[in-house]
Amino acid sequence: MVKVLIPSGALGLNYDAQALQRGIDARPDIIAIDGGSTDSGPSYLGRGVSKYARASIKLEWAGLMAAAAEAGCPLVIGTAGTCGADSAVDWMLDITREIAAEQGTHPRIAVMRSGQDPAQIAQAWQEDRITPLSGAPEIDAAGIRACTNIVALAGAEQVAAALDTGADIILCGRTTDTAIIAALPLQHGVDAGAAWHAAKIGECGALCASNPQSGVLMVEFDEAGGFVIHPLAEGAHATPHTVSAHMLYENSDPFILYEPGGHLDVTEARYRALDATRVHVSGARWVPSDRYTVKLEGARVAGYQTVLMVLLRDARYVANAQAWADDITAKCLEKAGQRLDAPPDSYSIELRLIGQNASFGDLEAREAAPVEVGVMAIVTAQTAALADELGKMLNPYLLHHPLTREEEQPTFAFPFSPAEMPRGAVYEFALHHVMTLDDPMQAFALEVVET
Amino acid sequence: MSSLGEMVQKVRSKNAGPFWLTIDIFCGTDAAFEDVRQRLDTGKVAARLGANSQDLKRFDIASLNVIKISLPRPTVQGAVDDRDMHGASWAALISEMDI
Repeated sequence: MVKVLIPSGALGLNYDAQALQRGIDARPDIIAIDGGSTDSGPSYLGRGVSKYARASIKLEWAGLMAAAAEAGCPLVIGTAGTCGADSAVDWMLDITREIAAEQGTHPRIAVMRSGQDPAQIAQAWQEDRITPLSGAPEIDAAGIRACTNIVALAGAEQVAAALDTGADIILCGRTTDTAIIAALPLQHGVDAGAAWHAAKIGECGALCASNPQSGVLMVEFDEAGGFVIHPLAEGAHATPHTVSAHMLYENSDPFILYEPGGHLDVTEARYRALDATRVHVSGARWVPSDRYTVKLEGARVAGYQTVLMVLLRDARYVANAQAWADDITAKCLEKAGQRLDAPPDSYSIELRLIGQNASFGDLEAREAAPVEVGVMAIVTAQTAALADELGKMLNPYLLHHPLTREEEQPTFAFPFSPAEMPRGAVYEFALHHVMTLDDPMQAFALEVVET
Repeated sequence: MSSLGEMVQKVRSKNAGPFWLTIDIFCGTDAAFEDVRQRLDTGKVAARLGANSQDLKRFDIASLNVIKISLPRPTVQGAVDDRDMHGASWAALISEMDI
């Protein structure tokens, strides 16, 4: 029945070209690849940019455009440009046009945008159309309006609308990881439980198999409401264990997955080995919801940072690193209070001791004597200029601060000059909410671009 | 007493979106699963993570010999006080627990 070819877990992670060719030879109905995730943090959404090198994206996307043309099937990317903001989608469109010109082709491109106007989202919040999910931060209208980018996660309905345009290439803004895989099978009448379950298993490519970095995966649906997972790289094997274990991956609940319009329940799913490489899956259930909701993601500026690094190698300082760092923080904040024309709550200094407790701070449970300690000093302030000033004020402490007044002035190792490294704006995730829609396309914009 | 990490195949921690953390304990065998299932105290895991035990969701999955624990992230991913963008290191803290 319907076959979905998934080249890898994300565009930018590369894929096995031979395995991809095997997939093309098997005549897929669509090639679907994810372009993003929140996993790299809020800065990408905040700035509306991709985390991957343009050259890598272009090379890999050119390979997939050629593959889709050879297979005669549509090519879809979800969450283009890491975050799926409109600017990232435009970046992907620019790359796509450039490749088409170089390949001498004229694909029809559907562009499905997920960007939201923060003022309208603030309005929706005031009208009670936005509901917090478990673990959501407190929000208010001003905090929503402060977001530099807000996206809504499209589901299968919006991807299907883009497919319905008959486009050769579909560039989607933020979608759920699964929607780009589930959309076409659902259009072909595949059982919804199977379509969403296959999409969840397949969303990271061959991560559900052995040799996970080989990437390429084929998902084939059958008439009986099941599907087959088939990793296509040499030496990659799917087993009932690798496939079912993938439901654990980056998922807070291993049995339930919420999507726009309902949820997937895999409690009763069955996994059966067909041979050493392929697994047959069946038994998942799709439960439609009463309301149609889409999840929102938003990011806003949390401050501006300057970081400094210094290395402690003197054994006495290594042994007393925490006391040294605490003393510096207190003294530098005191000096800042006296010398800077800024309220004390508009900046902060944090010294993390790499080699001692930088991963967990006070929660660190292990103690060991390190050879050296790296001190990562993080200055966060309301403006970049203030962070820069405070970084410069911190510099002499990190270079020369003595444990006692009596000793000769020590000097520590700065790996860089200048020691202060401005990081610019730092962003924070501001939304973990769903918005109720009257119509699935209400929050999304679809455009067809001829080349 | 032995550490959890010595009893099981692998402990993995990942983000489950920016606001949740999920820890998968792959026990490897039926016997290890049964042993860990009985000895792993959810309250102690919460204390180790600096979290409230009522916020932890625990799944003992016999078919996979996996114990999965999910919780609201101790710090929101990427917040100024967050130390681990991908939630990668929490596994080590749990793996080194005596149970």
